[in-house]
Parts: sequence; C-alpha cells; structure tokens
Amino acid sequence: MVNEYVESKSDASDVTESKRDFKIVGTRPLRPDGIDKVTGRAMFGADMSAPGMLHGATLRSPHPHARILSIDVSKALALDGVKAVVTSKDFVKQDNSGNQDTLDNLMARDKVLYHGHAVAAVAAVNVDVANSAAKLIKVEYEILPHETDVDAAMLPGAPVLHEGRKFSSVPEGSSPNVSSYWEFGHGDVDEGFAKADIIVERSFKTAATHQGYIEPHACLATMGADGRGELWVCTQGHFMVRELAAAFNGIDASQLRVTASEIGGGFGGKTTVYLEPVAVALARKSGRPVKMVMTRDEVFRATGPTVSSSTDVKIGMTKDGRITAGQAKLRYQGGAYPNITAMLGAMTAFAAYDLDAVQTLAWNVLTNRPKQAAYRAPGAPMAIYTVESVIDEMCQKLDLDPLEVRLLNAARKGTKSSYGPTFDEIGLVATLEAAKAHPHYAAPLGPNQGRGVSCGFWFNFAGNTSVSIAVSPDGTVAVTEGNPDIGGSRASISMMAAEELGIPYDKVRTIVADTNSIGFNDVTDGSRVTFSVGLATIKAARAAIKNMCGRAAMVWGIDPDAVEWKDGAAVPTGHNAGNFPPMTLAEIARDAGKTGGPIAGHFEANADGAGVSFGVHLVDIEVDPETGFTKVLRYTVFQDAGKAIHPAYVEGQMQGGAVQGIGWALNEEYIYGDDGILQNAGFLDYRIPVASDLPMIDAVILEIPNPGHPYGVRGVGETGIVPPLAAVANGVSHAAGVRMAELPMSPPRILAAIDGAKG
Amino acid sequence: MSKIHVTTSINGDQVEYLCEPHETLLDVLRDRVGLTGAKEGCGSGDCGACSVELDGRLVCSCLVLGAEAEGKEVQTIEGMADGEKLHPLQQKLLEHAALQCGICTPGILVAAKALLEKNPDPTETEVRYWLAGNLCRCTGYDKIIRAVLDAAAEMRGA
Amino acid sequence: MRYESPETVEQAVELLNKCDGIARVLAGGTDILVQLRLAMVEPELVVDIKKIPGMRDIAEQNGGYIIGAAVSGAELGEHEGLTSLWPGVVEAMELVGSTQVQGRATLVGNLCNASPAADSVPAMVAANAIALISGPDGTRECAVVDIPVGPGKTSLTKGEVITAIRLPARPDNSGDAYLRFIPRTEMDIAVSSAGVSLTIDDNGVCTDARVALGAVAPTVVVVEDAANAIIGTKLDDAALEKLAAACSAACNPIDDKRGTVEFRTKTAGVLAKRAAKIAYSRAGGVK
Repeated sequence: MVNEYVESKSDASDVTESKRDFKIVGTRPLRPDGIDKVTGRAMFGADMSAPGMLHGATLRSPHPHARILSIDVSKALALDGVKAVVTSKDFVKQDNSGNQDTLDNLMARDKVLYHGHAVAAVAAVNVDVANSAAKLIKVEYEILPHETDVDAAMLPGAPVLHEGRKFSSVPEGSSPNVSSYWEFGHGDVDEGFAKADIIVERSFKTAATHQGYIEPHACLATMGADGRGELWVCTQGHFMVRELAAAFNGIDASQLRVTASEIGGGFGGKTTVYLEPVAVALARKSGRPVKMVMTRDEVFRATGPTVSSSTDVKIGMTKDGRITAGQAKLRYQGGAYPNITAMLGAMTAFAAYDLDAVQTLAWNVLTNRPKQAAYRAPGAPMAIYTVESVIDEMCQKLDLDPLEVRLLNAARKGTKSSYGPTFDEIGLVATLEAAKAHPHYAAPLGPNQGRGVSCGFWFNFAGNTSVSIAVSPDGTVAVTEGNPDIGGSRASISMMAAEELGIPYDKVRTIVADTNSIGFNDVTDGSRVTFSVGLATIKAARAAIKNMCGRAAMVWGIDPDAVEWKDGAAVPTGHNAGNFPPMTLAEIARDAGKTGGPIAGHFEANADGAGVSFGVHLVDIEVDPETGFTKVLRYTVFQDAGKAIHPAYVEGQMQGGAVQGIGWALNEEYIYGDDGILQNAGFLDYRIPVASDLPMIDAVILEIPNPGHPYGVRGVGETGIVPPLAAVANGVSHAAGVRMAELPMSPPRILAAIDGAKG
Repeated sequence: MSKIHVTTSINGDQVEYLCEPHETLLDVLRDRVGLTGAKEGCGSGDCGACSVELDGRLVCSCLVLGAEAEGKEVQTIEGMADGEKLHPLQQKLLEHAALQCGICTPGILVAAKALLEKNPDPTETEVRYWLAGNLCRCTGYDKIIRAVLDAAAEMRGA
Repeated sequence: MRYESPETVEQAVELLNKCDGIARVLAGGTDILVQLRLAMVEPELVVDIKKIPGMRDIAEQNGGYIIGAAVSGAELGEHEGLTSLWPGVVEAMELVGSTQVQGRATLVGNLCNASPAADSVPAMVAANAIALISGPDGTRECAVVDIPVGPGKTSLTKGEVITAIRLPARPDNSGDAYLRFIPRTEMDIAVSSAGVSLTIDDNGVCTDARVALGAVAPTVVVVEDAANAIIGTKLDDAALEKLAAACSAACNPIDDKRGTVEFRTKTAGVLAKRAAKIAYSRAGGVK
C-alpha cells in the first residue's frame, strides 16, 4: 500500500515523511562502485599515473623538537634525476592562524615540533632517487628539550612549543602550552554533590590512537606555470583540499581542479592536507606531474592520530541511582598545534543524561607529537569512556542494574543537554530499552567473564552541500554530488533519488564530481553525508519533479498546479484537472527538447536540522586471570539511525565503529620513549583488531525519525565508536574483578591490576 | 644498476618485465605491469592488502621480489572474475555489503579464494584465522566472514 | 644490490664467501624484505637459495626428518608425517605471521633472523634439532640452540649457509608443544613463549623432558630445572608449579613496547605449564 505523495506548495518543506511506505529506502541493493571494488578496477589515491610522472619523497625531522637553523638543498638538486625541491619558503603565508598551522605542519617553518615533522620534499624520476636526494639535504638543527606527555607539558618549566604565541580563551597563569580552555554545563555541582548518597571520583588516561585507514595518503598533481592544474587525491573533502592547496601555493581555487579518487578509509584522518599542497608545488617547479604516496611509517609518525587524554571525573548519585551532579576535567594533548577536540569532549561527556547540575572543564595542551586529526566522533570516545566507567562503578557499588540506571537518568525530548541546546526527539531511551529487552542482556556468564554496558552520543553535522540531478533523454538519471564516498553513500543517495523520482534504483547513477563540476561541498565528516547530501538530493529531485510536472501540464494544456507526481509519473491531481493517462519520467525526458529543454534539478544550501544519534553497546568479555589475555565473546550494538536508508550500510557503520573502539580499549596506543620518538609506527606493533580477535558484531537499528530530514535520517557514522571504550572497560573490570582506569587495557596492565588486587 | 629480466605468468597470461633487484612483486605489478588491484597498505607484510597467489600459494606480494616471480604463476585480483562473470566470493561480498571503502577487498578476496581452494567447508573460526593477515578497518569483519561462509556454501552446491 | 639465484649449494657458498660487503641469504624473504624496505639493512648481495635441489624438500631419515632450508611454514603444516612426529615444532612455525607469511617463511629463516622472540626456535631447541651447514670449509652440524648468539646475530661464519634442519626420531610416548603469549590472537611478535618436549613411560610418568623459553632473554633459554621438576612425575599440580617457578626464575627479559619484565617473567611460567600439559597429552598421558 503506497501512501500518495502530494507535493507541498512550499519548496522548503522539511516535513518528515518517515512513516511513508518506502519502496526503495530501507532495502539493500548492491552498491554502484561494488563491481569496480571487487575486481580491483577501482582507482584509489595511489593508483593513478600520468605521462612523464615524477615521484615525490619527504625529508622529515629526526628530532622531536628543534629550531631549524639552515636548510641546504644544493646536493639534492645536483643529484641526477632530481627535478625539484621545496621547503616552507615555497609556500604562501596564511592570514588564518588555523590554516597557517596546517601549512606549518605539512612543511616546518622555523621549528620542527615532532619527530617526523616534514622539512623538505623532493621530486625525482623515481622513488629511490627521490629518497636518496632527500638524504642529501643538509639541515642544521638546534636541538631543544621535548615533552610528549599531556600532564607534564602543562607543568612550569616544560618545553614551550610556540614561544610568544598568545592563545585567547586561556585562563591567566596557564602554561604557555595550553592552547585552549573551555567550560560547559549548567546548575550548581556543589549543591548537587551535597545531595548525593555516594560520590565517586576517578582519574582516567587514554593513549593516542590512529584512525588506522589501510590506504596511506596519496595524490598526483599537475600544475602549469599559469597556475592551472589538476590534483587527484584520496580525501574526505576535495573542496577542502582545493582551498588549502590553492591558498598555500598562491593560486586561484577555481584553477585547481581536484578530483577525489576512491578512498581507502578516512575516519576523519583525511579531512586535512599533508602531501597535496607539496605535490602541487613540486609539480609547478618541475613542470611535470608529481605523485606522492606516504609510507605506512610516515602515516603513523606524521599524520594526525587523535588526542591522548588525562581526565578527572566526579559523579554524585542517590542510592536509587539518580545522578545528582556530574563534573569532569579533561586534559587533552593533540600534538604540536591547537585543536578543538577537548571542547568536543567537554560537550559530549555527559550528553546522554538529564542533569540538574553538570560541569565540564577542558584544556588542550601542546606537545611534541604529530598534529592530531579528527577521528570518528573526535573527543567523545575518551570523554564518555570516563563518565560511563564511573557510572558503571557506582551501579556496582549500589547493586543497581546498569541499564536501569541509564534509563532513570536518560536524556529525552525536552532535556537541556549538558552542552547547551535542548533536545528534540531523540532515540536514547529506545536504544536503552531495546538493549534491556535483548537476549544478550540476559545471557548467562561463566567464570572469568563479565558484561559491560555503555551509552554513546554524537551530534552529527549538516553543512554546505550542493547536488545536481540531470534527467537523460532515455529516462535515466544522473546525480552529481561533491562528497567522497567513505561508507557507501553513493548507494544511499541513488536510493533517495530513485525513491523520490519513483524510478528503479538501477536507473540512477550517482557520481562524486570534481571541484569544477559541482558547487561547493563541506568535507565528508561529522556523519553528515547521508543527511545533508540526502536532503539536498531529495530537494533537487523535487525541483526536477516540479519541472517535469510543468512539462506534462504544458502537453496537457492544464495548470501546473493541477499536476502531481505519483509512482514515477506526472498525473492530473483529480478528475477535474483532466482525464490524462500518467506521463512517465521516461516519456517526459524523451520529449524534453520539445517542451523547454534539458531537465535538471539542483539544490545548494548550508543545511541544518541534523539529528543527534545515540547508541548503546553490550559486550561480554572473558579475561584469562593468569595472563590478562582478553577475549571479546559477544557484542551487540544498538543505535538510532532515524531512518536507515540502506540498512546494511548503517549496520556496517555500527560494526566498524564498535571494532575500532574495541581496538582502542584493548591494544591500540601510540608508544613513546624518553627520546620523544614513536616506537610503534607500523601495523605490527600498532595493534588493530584482526578477524580472529572478534565475534560477529550484532547490530540492532532503531528508527526514531529526525524531524529535520524529509525521511527522518540521522547521521550514523560516528556514534558507533563512542560506547565501546567504556563498554569493553566495564566488561574487563567485571571479568577481571578489578576496576581499570587506563586505556588501552593491554594484557600486561590487566595482569598487573589483577595481581595488584590480590595484594 | 642493471635490471633483471623476468618472464612469468600473470593471471594465465605470459608477461615479461624488467625490474631492479630490490623491487618487490607488488612494485612490479603496480608500476610496471599496470595491475593496481593489489594495494600497498604497509609494505611490511602486516596488512595483506597486497595478497596474490604465487604458484597457488597465498603470499604478500610486498614480501616477494619481482625477480622471484621468474617461471612462476601469479594470480591477482584482476584474474578472479571470468570476463563479466564474477566469482561467487566477489558476488557474495557485494550481496552482504561486506565492503565499505574497498581498499582491503582485493586482498580479502584473493585470500578467501585461496582458503576455499584448500578447505571448501571452513568453520567461522577457520575463516577468521585464515584471514587474520588481512586487515580491515571499516567493517569489523562481520559481513566479510558471513560473505565468505555463504560463498563457500554456494560453491559446495550446498 | 645484486640478486643471485644459484643452482647448487657450492655456488651459494662461493657467492657468500666472495662478497666483501653485507650479504643475505634469501629463502622465504619475510624478514629480509621488511628489513630492506625499512632500510634496516642495505645488502650488497642477496643469494636466493630456492633453486638449489633439496632446499624445498622434507625427507624422512632414520625415523626423523631433514627439512630443507626453503620449506615454508605452510608446507610444514601440510606434511602429515612431520606434523604427527613433532607437532610442537610445526605449530610453532605455523604461528609465525599471517597465512600469507606462512606461504613463504621458513624454519631456517626464522632461526637465522635470530630474534629473541622467534617462534620456531624454542620448539626446535626443545626438540634437540640440528642445523646442517655448508661453508667454504665443507659441511658441519650444529645444535639449533647454538646458532643464535644474540639479537640479530648467529654463530655462522662468512660463507656459511644452513641447508637443512634435522629433527630427530623420538621414542614412543613422546609429545611436544609450543605456546606463546601475544596480545591479539594473531599477527603479533611473541611477548613470551615456551616449547616443551617430553617422553613418558607406560604408567604416564615423565622420563625425559626439555623446556625452552623464548622472548625472555637475548636468546632462547633452556631451563633444566623446569625439566627436572617434571621428570619422574605425572605432571601433578605441584610439579607443574615447580616447573613454572623454575621458568620464571630463569627469565632475563626486558621492558619494551610489547611487554614488561614482570609480565614476561610471570607468563613464561604460565605458558610452560600449559605447554607441558599439552605435550603430556600428546604423549598419551591422561590427567
């Protein structure tokens, strides 16, 4: 039974039709890039070549902190096969301090601020010559003391990274390495603590973790002396790449056409630039195309992991489980340049709860480590880990059910969030209840086994979006958008277009166009694409539909208002309008030239109305008490997707985020020695989960529609990584019989805690 | 430096190339023979994205010298489908939505194919341990494992 | 770098002996190619031994086996006779790396790479394996335990190459096992490990044992006290505790990114206990 869609008079209608009987949305068709990807034909960042292509290599700092006194590139230039060398002098100084930081990060200016910091780059006829040439570049350094620990970097006497730089927002008397300070909350926490029956205060530490995408950064640049060029790059945002690569090289954005390749993983780590402006500079200097590909070692050493953290949490609770006050002090280090991740941590820490008194204070601290980059819900996992761990501990102390306590305190529609806004319809209670009712929650546990529970939250973003829909004369449809597909979004976008237009899914092809072929688009991040690009696609489709109804009206000689769209065809609105048989999209398309010309629809806006997404994770853990070895026995993810356009891709996001979180909780960490040098810059000792480490990850999708999207869509990509840190930590704590407060909970740490508890 | 002349068979076709002594088979496939399906995720044998079969044996092509392929048979992802006809593993990975970014997919497919050639009826645990050397960061492996088990069943005619 | 693939052992020996710079023998390549890529070594010469007859063979000899230096871990695992005679050695080698690495990595390569954490070595040492060596002065034999002399260093002299490993025959009612501790389930370097080989009599009493630990010292540690703790017993709990304690006492590990001194010391004992139980059950012992 198909509900009739009646086009509203207002173009800007945001009425949610999530209760509509969808024909395509909610099914699981094959993705359009699928065959290319299973046959090896898909072209990723490093897969492109050009005639006369050179290869780039980067010289990187051997010191964690040093002043650059001089750089002599003469021997490198003299090497046979070397065609160009660049340093920071080849780039344009930026007015925006954030962009200048990004530029300094990809090519050090006066100082090197971490081991591996890029100092120069070479383009040569092959990688071996380029690497040999890089070794011939003579850099004179004045070595400075370094600091890699977040708390130590805040102490008086710690080495100062950005001497003389003033950071606003930072309280008087703060260490010069504190680049930002934030406060969020409402109510009176002291009053709240006074009302509590129990108070738990704990401190937690988390290590820096890397997004761990399997594809290293790669690009291929051509640039003429006239400032016109092309850039092929694996990125989450080719408009962002264009903006920065052009600005850093002093060229006009519209002269640099950037094409997004298929991307082999990003998770936030490819929302900035490292190689791309350098490749453009080398291409211009050499007059030839330049390909640059990072090694795995470079990816770990010199691209952004997320922050490491040191957090103090204090929560007060009545004996019935009601939270009376919550406070968190979060200290994050994001490497050598400022970032706002601590702000996001402070905003999300208590976001799942309806609290009268809540206060979060956050500092970002500079250290001699690589500049952090966004990593899937940046700031939230390590913040919520601490709060959910303490709540779990309190449930244990009070002998209360962990999910009941979450339900008792859960944020709902109308709750004033801990970070300010009041929530509209949200799905937290639904996910908690689904978890409570699920067989996993009641399954029996054996010896050395424990169950962990955690909620999670992410805001989700909307942002600048441009979509164009063109109807071909043969009645098939081309959707053009500008957001690199990192999770299967082309499938979802085609589905929404097909749904709206009333045509089969396989009559639609969605492509990600280059920066000269579509309007501006923000980066693929913030779980925004299915929401924003989907919304834009629906609106562009409606524009095309309006156009097509107009064509039918013209042919029938009736008023355009008397025509509506139904099941992929224009039909008169009623008998009074006229007795005309439906005119299908294909028929209208075929005659488009006679009725007014090509048919298209487009939509550009800085969308808003994104809906937050809550999740709950359940995990069963077994710990070997003699070795600390941890096994994940069972894992279930519950998450509110608003409306799951393609349920398999929503499940994929939930499962992928959960597994990244499991790795973060158990084994992943950046390991530094006293020398300030990263010890584990490879997949051997940076230990991400492998297939044999895991059980199946069961995914339960809840759908509490987001009023801000025509179909009710909420972003889903990021929430999934937020609960696993605490869920796994709580599970380990129960299984091992000892509370863990530091991540990762590697076996030596667990065994030490178990043996320590024995006394 | 003088290059080494190698004659080998790739996906059933005879291929000749010149390579430096230190070049890996992965370098050769991607940069000299034009087969970019095998990917470099790490260059150190830790991720499996470069997986190929060498004389029927699953290996990391980044751990084989181009020179070592002399006289051997190399099977890459590009040889897995038969023209238009996808291998059941390729089809099942698509049906199960068992890929997101797709960078690990060629390596996973080559590895899974090698598994089913050796053991047509693996358990879930056997599939997981066989594929432990193929890192995936997007999927959490769940749908990949289901797809491989489903393909195995189909290939057994079960 | 020069690449050579000689077709006789003599040619290989000559190439290695004549090379004035750094030379490396290439069998599976799973250590060397990684080291080349990371520029940890820049050899002048790489000698590929895989074309030499016999290098890829597993041959029975006097109830034991001669395993050519280029036999891969995967091939070892596929050999029924070898697997049933020395399951511990085979399972140790099969833990090295991924399935892909298994398709290439060799016992001899693992041995000669001389990592303190090499998986095959404790099991080979517990099995009293012998290395067959060819060099400029002819052939010789050397106990596997005497090949690694320190991290990355072997006792081989210039021009020498190991051509095979000999695993001896073993008495009836014998079994061996190898266990290692890694934080994940696969793909890690051993943090601590134990290889145990033992023989029992018709009553289930242990008559002979050898216990070797890996990753807890610069080279493999043979723990005689641990072996003595179980000889003459049916591996009751007290005997196993003594074995574990002897192992922990014999450890001389370091703190590094993979484990702490305490962790290695403690788990070495735990693993030795568990490996002893498995070896016992493989020998036919019932507990």
